[in-house]
Amino acid sequence: MAKLIKSKLNWEGTTFERMSVVGDEEPAAWPAGEQLNYVGKSYPRVDGFQRVTGLAKYTFDIQLPGMLYARVLRSPYPHARVKQIDVSKAQEFPGVRSVISSLNDGDVFSNVLQFAGDEVAALAADNDDIAEDAINLIKVEYEILPFNTDTEPHPVSGKPQDNQTVAPLDDHPRIYRRGNIQKGFQEADVIVEETFRTQFALHNSLETHGAVASWKGDELTVWESTQSIYNVQRYVAEYFKLPLNKIRVICEYMGGGFGSKQSSGKWSLMAALLARETGRPVQLMLTREEENLATGHRAPTVQKLKLGAKNDGTLTAIDLVATVNVGANGSGARAVGGSCQSMYKCPNVQTEVHSVLTNTGPHGSFRAPGYVEGAFPLESLMDELAKRLKIDPMDIRMKNYALTDPTTGQNYSAKHLDKCYQRGAELIGWSHRLSINDKSPVLRHGYGIASQTWGGGGGPPAFAWVRLNSDGTAEVNPGSQDIGTGVKTVFAQIAAEELGLEPDKIIVHIGDTAQGPFGPGSGGSMTLASVGPAVRQAAIDARKQLYEVISGYFEVPADQIQIRKGHVYVLGEKKPRISLQNTLRQLGEFTIIGRGARGANRDGIAVPTFGAQFAEVEVNTITGEVKVQRLVAVHDVGRIMNPVVAKGQVAGAVIQGVGYALTEERIIDRSTGIVLNPNLEDYFLPTSLDIPAIDSNFIDESDIDANILGAKGIGEPPIIPTAPAIANAIAQAIGVRFLSLPITRAKIVEALQTTGIAGGVYP
Amino acid sequence: MTSTPTKIQFKDNVHGPDKVPITLNVNGSFYTLEIEPRRTLLDALRFDLNMTGSKKVCGMGECGACTVLLDGKAVYSCLTLAIECEGHKILTIEGLSQGQNLDPIQKSFIDEEASQCGFCTSGQIMSIKALLDNNPDPTPEEIRRAMSGNICRCGAYLNIFKAATKAAADYRKQRPAKKNGNKNGEID
Repeated sequence: MAKLIKSKLNWEGTTFERMSVVGDEEPAAWPAGEQLNYVGKSYPRVDGFQRVTGLAKYTFDIQLPGMLYARVLRSPYPHARVKQIDVSKAQEFPGVRSVISSLNDGDVFSNVLQFAGDEVAALAADNDDIAEDAINLIKVEYEILPFNTDTEPHPVSGKPQDNQTVAPLDDHPRIYRRGNIQKGFQEADVIVEETFRTQFALHNSLETHGAVASWKGDELTVWESTQSIYNVQRYVAEYFKLPLNKIRVICEYMGGGFGSKQSSGKWSLMAALLARETGRPVQLMLTREEENLATGHRAPTVQKLKLGAKNDGTLTAIDLVATVNVGANGSGARAVGGSCQSMYKCPNVQTEVHSVLTNTGPHGSFRAPGYVEGAFPLESLMDELAKRLKIDPMDIRMKNYALTDPTTGQNYSAKHLDKCYQRGAELIGWSHRLSINDKSPVLRHGYGIASQTWGGGGGPPAFAWVRLNSDGTAEVNPGSQDIGTGVKTVFAQIAAEELGLEPDKIIVHIGDTAQGPFGPGSGGSMTLASVGPAVRQAAIDARKQLYEVISGYFEVPADQIQIRKGHVYVLGEKKPRISLQNTLRQLGEFTIIGRGARGANRDGIAVPTFGAQFAEVEVNTITGEVKVQRLVAVHDVGRIMNPVVAKGQVAGAVIQGVGYALTEERIIDRSTGIVLNPNLEDYFLPTSLDIPAIDSNFIDESDIDANILGAKGIGEPPIIPTAPAIANAIAQAIGVRFLSLPITRAKIVEALQTTGIAGGVYP
Repeated sequence: MTSTPTKIQFKDNVHGPDKVPITLNVNGSFYTLEIEPRRTLLDALRFDLNMTGSKKVCGMGECGACTVLLDGKAVYSCLTLAIECEGHKILTIEGLSQGQNLDPIQKSFIDEEASQCGFCTSGQIMSIKALLDNNPDPTPEEIRRAMSGNICRCGAYLNIFKAATKAAADYRKQRPAKKNGNKNGEID
């Protein structure tokens, strides 16, 4: 039975209430500490075979009979008006089948181009090479307009400069207040203040953004590399004014997203328009360069942060004024103040976040958006405070430990961050930081710590179906997609647990709007905690129906039937009656459909995730090279459903955090507005030679008040503390506090030339 | 098996990218294609032979997702022209397994959770294949170096190293069998 409720949801650091359709009463969570049969074990990926044989079909791999290949012409200028456009030469080029531009579609193609890389026109041709040859035959006359790519705010106020365009948010600037910061700073024995800067960072998912579109009459099928097939469905349906049931969106395998594929984009519209014009399927996959220009970035920020504290380390005030460069669109920068608001117990907090529009590619969600940017200043300055007060950096964090949610005063469903600190300190050997004995002046060592909080508790709406076949196999339709995190495998484990079947008897169908129920986008570390409970519900529903059927066969009441590991047991009997398969053989053909829906979140409690990371670094004071030798991560995300998969998420996030800390930065030339490194040669992603030994750990205590799995998300939390933990370790190693990311070799060498090992601050 | 290279005849005064016939030996089978000289091996595999296991990520030799073996050597197929490959043996991810039977590297990738999104996986596996065929007992440092041309944005590197180490041990167990003429032990 479906019903409508209001449910609170914490989405990427912001809590709000919304209407949701939920299902029947949910069962209780699996008891904490209970050993389960399949959940909690390290099962290999259910689709491992497809992934290691090259058989897994990604959007990039879809090839349909007669399919055309599309290319996009993009603006060479950061801000320009299209005065005239002549597509005739491209149109006449042999093999070109259709050209679209603002001449035929003013919705997809604007005449005013907002960044270097904005869409000007697109065409479809018989093959990739022809499309590439022809795209530059489109002649465009541009009127070049003034532009701005800077994040820098007013030097004194820390607020946007007069010439900066402020993002048109409803609540701009976004201000959060609790207590009274003036009073808080008056009460402080010590005040520390610095201005921090973070950089443009890019997702650079290995599969670029893109889509394949194919029409049959007025029915459209879109394959898209997306984190949300249902977002794409709605976006395309609204554009073409078609009902949802005429748009099918498929994403079976997906080559990385990290937030950038959370929202839909023009590639699907361009592919569908070209396909409609030509009557043939069209593939439009972006090139690596386009991926670096036009598909989203982690916003650069300038953050002026001031902390006040008592001599014993107790925080009395936190004041943050942040300016966020949201590029050519104004959404999604709200969470930069999140860490300052919710990480520590502090009675007086104010965060003021200004978003500025610039002529750079659009801002997009990137793994823990806002919190990654915001954790760097907060966790860096906490260390400076500790240094001033001669307190151990871990002790100052424990001193300000929040036992209830500082933003709402609500109790936490569970919080074991104290255990994260303790275990992490043991594993890294935190006490060694006091006895570092660098014999060489060249190689210097240091240890650093940082903490993290984030959402990940999930919530409705999310749905799932479980289909039982008459041979004792099951098929799970969770309506979601697997962006590479491994939820597909975990869904199989959840269904196995409730159905009493081995996971290899279960197939999970994902990523197809025509096959399953609605599923939420894969973002906010929410998929497991939102969709997983629905899968569990659906499996229980299917099992109940099966027990009814089997009870008729054995002529015992349904509540006395149990299926364990593929055998049918009657309660009170030690031996199984018969194997499930043999039972089913007697029953003829049938299909049982179990349905599940995510229930409401409980009122009055906060359901965040927590974690602490410890870094050990070696800094070469001559070359500026930083080797992260070890990184210990301890995270508190409730029950661990599949340890090997969960550890993979931690290691992956930490490695992206290492890149963010030390090497990754999209560089835009201020005088031309052009991206100078739109490729993997000059945008420095971590390679196999750059990564530390990573020790991933979990507290692994079920959070039974979070949801009926007791599990929360792990995709994003571990990227949050990595960069500040490394920055803090570098500060200990060479005595320099770096206020900007990435901490490149050049910055280290320059800082040491200025300050020597005496220490100081480097902007 | 040896191939007979087709003679490439360029027409006089043709500036355009006309197609030429070539024969490629991919995974032990011969395919004759009509392709433009500028066609990369990667595009020939993906578009002309529908072998989409090798991935196009950068198209510029920066990431390794397109790695295949050319006469046993790992190459970026996006930087290799298809016409250069006539008369050479090409091994792609599609040729590594035999039906349901996976190569030890593929098995160890599943066992060690060495792929997340999986987009770089084919290239990673082919780089390890090239490494182990030339160096049956690599040190951890040699593995890291050999894999340094293959980017994994999901950051599965540590598990990829584990998979390579495990596969190396499995290969060493298999290879003595090859000397005894056990066909199952043959891995090329």
